Amino acid sequence: MSSHGHISHSNSPVREIPAPQTAWIFKTFWILSAITAFEFLIAFTKGPNVLNLNHYVVVTIFVSLTLVKAFYIVADFMHLKHEAKLLISVIVFPTLFIMWLILALLIEGHYTLAMHHFFR
Amino acid sequence: MSAVHSEVDSKTLWGGGFEPFRASYGKLMMWFFLVSDTFSFSALLITYGMIRFSSVDAWPIPEHVFTHIPFWHINAPLVFVGFMTFVLIASSVTMVLAVEAGHRMDKKAVEKWMLWTILGGLIFVGSQAWEWSIFIAGIDGHTASLISNPYGPPAFADLFFFITGFHGTHVTSGIILNILIFFNTVFGVYEKRGSYEMVEKVGLYWHFVDLVWVFVFTFFYLV
Repeated sequence: MSSHGHISHSNSPVREIPAPQTAWIFKTFWILSAITAFEFLIAFTKGPNVLNLNHYVVVTIFVSLTLVKAFYIVADFMHLKHEAKLLISVIVFPTLFIMWLILALLIEGHYTLAMHHFFR
Repeated sequence: MSAVHSEVDSKTLWGGGFEPFRASYGKLMMWFFLVSDTFSFSALLITYGMIRFSSVDAWPIPEHVFTHIPFWHINAPLVFVGFMTFVLIASSVTMVLAVEAGHRMDKKAVEKWMLWTILGGLIFVGSQAWEWSIFIAGIDGHTASLISNPYGPPAFADLFFFITGFHGTHVTSGIILNILIFFNTVFGVYEKRGSYEMVEKVGLYWHFVDLVWVFVFTFFYLV
């Protein structure tokens, strides 16, 4: 069940192996490492406290950087950006349900705490 | 779609004489499995968020809980988990290199990069085991369990064990799959088959494990 367009030359005794094309892999690696280092810097240096940033601003920065990293892993490493358009949609659209669950349960969590204080 | 039909090799067609999504059956099913696994992990992380938001007792600050590194007794918040993150990203890179080598039918390079990937996975799981042992050992003789822990509400430790444990289980099964792929490569299974697509399929799983860790790192350790 092979899916690739390659034609195997395994019958011929001496086979030419093409040179590796790895530049794009290392580019993605450096992007991921740099973002992780930056996240770590924010958490470690307590820069947000010094700059007196709102907690929600910091969380937004962390979540945005995480989504950027997720994009690079899925698009490049998992090769999704080179797949058929329909396949990309089939993988990406179900995550909308996750967005809904985040919204629903975080609101529910806030409400639960508020009710606890209200009826105490 | 008849244009698509004529492009695909007859060997790659599925039972219905057609190749849905221009992907092989195995690769498509791996993607579908990963989507379902995305829901499992999302449910766990969102549960963390909801329980944290509804917690009456103060929730622990991760920077104050995960401060240990091996060998040195210094206060190093999140340094070790940063190291673990880096190891997993690096092992994802060696996995892509193995997949790339597979496309070129370069058996020796696939073997080499699979071994590096397996090593990265083992270092990660070993680090996680160490992290668990430190977490369980607790503070001043107060150990952490599912019932109580010295850091905060019991749910904090429960979620730590469940989320990192579920992820660690995934890493472990990923290592086992990687080892299988490595030996299949060594024994020339894919060389005979004329395709290294199995490396790619298991690679998808391995990158997914890395992807999940990116989210665990953010939502459990950073925010």
